[in-house]
Amino acid sequence: MIDICDLKTYYSTGFLHRTEIRAVDGVSFRIEKGETLGLVGESGCGKTTLGRSLLRLIEPTGGRVLFDGTDIMALSRKDLRRFRPRMQMIFQDAYASLNPRMRVCESIAEPLRIHGLEDRAGIDRRMRDLIERVGLNEEHLNRRPYELSGGQNQRVALARVLALEPDFIVADEPTSGLDVSVQAQILTLFRDLGREYHTACLYISHDLGVVRAMSDRVAVMLKGRVVEIGPTTDVLDHPCHSYTRRLVAASTGGEGFARPAPCPASLRLPAMIEVRSGHWVEATAR
Amino acid sequence: MTTDEPLLRVRGLKVGFPTSDGLVKASDAIDLTIRTGETLALLGETGSGKTVLGMAILRLLQPNTRIEGEILYRGRDLLSLPEREMQKVRGREIAVVLQNSGTSFNPVLRVGDQIAEAITLHRGLKGPDAEAAAVDLLDRVRIADPARMAREYPHRFSGGMRERALIALALACNPSFLIADEPTRGLDAVTRREILSLFSEINRDRSVLFITHDIEAAATLAARVAVMYAGEIVEIGPVDAVLSSPVHPYTRGLLGSLPERGMRPIPGSAPSLIAPPAGCRFSPRCTFAVGRCEKEHPGLVEVGPGHYARCMLYD
Repeated sequence: MIDICDLKTYYSTGFLHRTEIRAVDGVSFRIEKGETLGLVGESGCGKTTLGRSLLRLIEPTGGRVLFDGTDIMALSRKDLRRFRPRMQMIFQDAYASLNPRMRVCESIAEPLRIHGLEDRAGIDRRMRDLIERVGLNEEHLNRRPYELSGGQNQRVALARVLALEPDFIVADEPTSGLDVSVQAQILTLFRDLGREYHTACLYISHDLGVVRAMSDRVAVMLKGRVVEIGPTTDVLDHPCHSYTRRLVAASTGGEGFARPAPCPASLRLPAMIEVRSGHWVEATAR
Repeated sequence: MTTDEPLLRVRGLKVGFPTSDGLVKASDAIDLTIRTGETLALLGETGSGKTVLGMAILRLLQPNTRIEGEILYRGRDLLSLPEREMQKVRGREIAVVLQNSGTSFNPVLRVGDQIAEAITLHRGLKGPDAEAAAVDLLDRVRIADPARMAREYPHRFSGGMRERALIALALACNPSFLIADEPTRGLDAVTRREILSLFSEINRDRSVLFITHDIEAAATLAARVAVMYAGEIVEIGPVDAVLSSPVHPYTRGLLGSLPERGMRPIPGSAPSLIAPPAGCRFSPRCTFAVGRCEKEHPGLVEVGPGHYARCMLYD
C-alpha cells in the first residue's frame, strides 16, 4: 500500500554558518492496507517531519514514497493535487487546523466541493451523515471552532478527513492536548472508523499506552532514523534496541530513563536485522 | 516531613465568573486541607475548575471574579489580606509553576535575569549575587551548563528545559508551599519522567498542590488525591485508595479511559457550569444513576479511612 524507501528530509539553518539538520535520515518501511503503524520517539526525533514528508507537505530531500505503486515524489504539483484526497492528515492542534472563520458545515463541505465529489444536495446529505459518524449532531454544523471544545474540534477535523474517504491517514498526535476521557472517546472512534473504512494509518505519538491501543505494528524513531520496527506487543514487551528499552521504561515508570548518548558516526546508515518474525532492529544496537 | 497540622485550609470556596450568559460557577463549595510537607494531587479534566482553585489560593484571578469562602494559610485568611500583604505571600510563601511554560517567560529577557529579578525582589540580593543565585537554582533543577544557559533567551530552551527553568523560578525564595499547574502537559515520556523525578525531590521539604490530569503523575508524587468534576470535589482520599479502588463512578470512568486500563470512554460530555444539573452533576453521564441522583445533590460521604466520595450510592 504505502512503501517508503530511504526517505530523507534535511533542513539547513543559520545564515553565515549553515548547518544541516537531518530531521529524517534514511527511513524505510511499508504500511499495508487497513494497517495502523504507530510511530514513537521523543520530541525532536523527526516523527512529525517524517509524517509530513511522506505526504509531501514538506518536500523531502531524497528517497521514494510509493503509494499503490505510484511514486509520490515524482508527481507534478497538479498530479499531486489529484492524489491528495487519497492521503490525508490529522493534526495535533485541531483548533489551529480548522479555519476560524468557517462554520463546521463549511469546513466539512469544503474538501467535498474542492475535489468535485458531489452536487449541493449530495454534499448536504454526506455532511449530515459524517457529523453523526463522528459523534456530533446537526446543531454543531452552524458553530465555529471557538464555540467547540478541543475534543469536538478534533471530531470535526476527523469528519473533514473522512469526507474524502482516504486510503491513508497520517495522524500526528491527534489527542495529545486532550483529557484522558475525551482521548478515549476520540481514539475508539478513530479505531472503529479505521476498521470500517479499511484505512491505512501512520499514527504518530509519544504516548506508548496510546500506541499500544491503536497500532498493529510500531516503529521507534531516534534522531531521524527508525531504530526498531515490528508487531506492537512484540516491540513493546520485548524491546531490543537500548533506546526502545529506555522509552518503555520511562513510560512504565521503571528505572533507566537517562537520555540517549549522541549518535556516533559509526551508527550512520546501519543495517537492520530481523530478531523475530517481522520484528527488525538496527544491527549495531544489539 | 508530614505533620497533621494543616498548612492550608480551604473552606466553602466558591468562585464564579460573570459572563453575558450568566455566572459560570467554576468552583463550588470546595473544602480542602493540605498538611505541612504533604503533596496533594488535584485531578480532573479541562474545565473542571482545577486551575481556578490554584489561582484563587494565590488571588491571581481577574478582579470581577466573585469569590466566597475562606482560604486559611497558616491560620491567616488570604482572601481578606490587603494586596500589599498578599504580594509578600506570593513567591515567598506560596509559589506557582504556571501552566504553559512557553508563555510564562518574557521572551525578550534572559532567563537568568528573570530568575535574578525574583531573587532581588524577595531576598534582597543584588547584581552578581542575585545572578549567582539564579545559576545555582538552574543547576538545582539539573539544567546542563547553567552558567551559560542563564545568559540565554527563553526561545533557546526546549519545552522540558523551560519547565525546569520555571520550577527554578518558583523555588527562588524557597517557598513552603508550591502550586504546580500541569507541569507535565505536552512533554514527551522521557522528559516527563525527568520532571516527575525532579518534583519528587522538591516535594520532600515542602507542601505541593499538584494540579494535573496525568493520573500516573499523581500516583507517583502524591500522598492524597482529590478528583474534581464540574467545579466540585467528587472524591478525595489517600492515593492508593482513590486510584486502586475508586468509588465515585466518575473516578472509575476516568481511570477506565486510560489506554492501559481498557480505554473505555465515559459517554457524553461535561455539563455547563452556568446551569449545572440540579442533583448529582455527574448523573446525566452515570451508568449507575437512579431517580434520586437527578433530584438531590449528594454531599461527601466517608467510604474508608480519610476517603470521601460525593455519591448517592454510598449514602
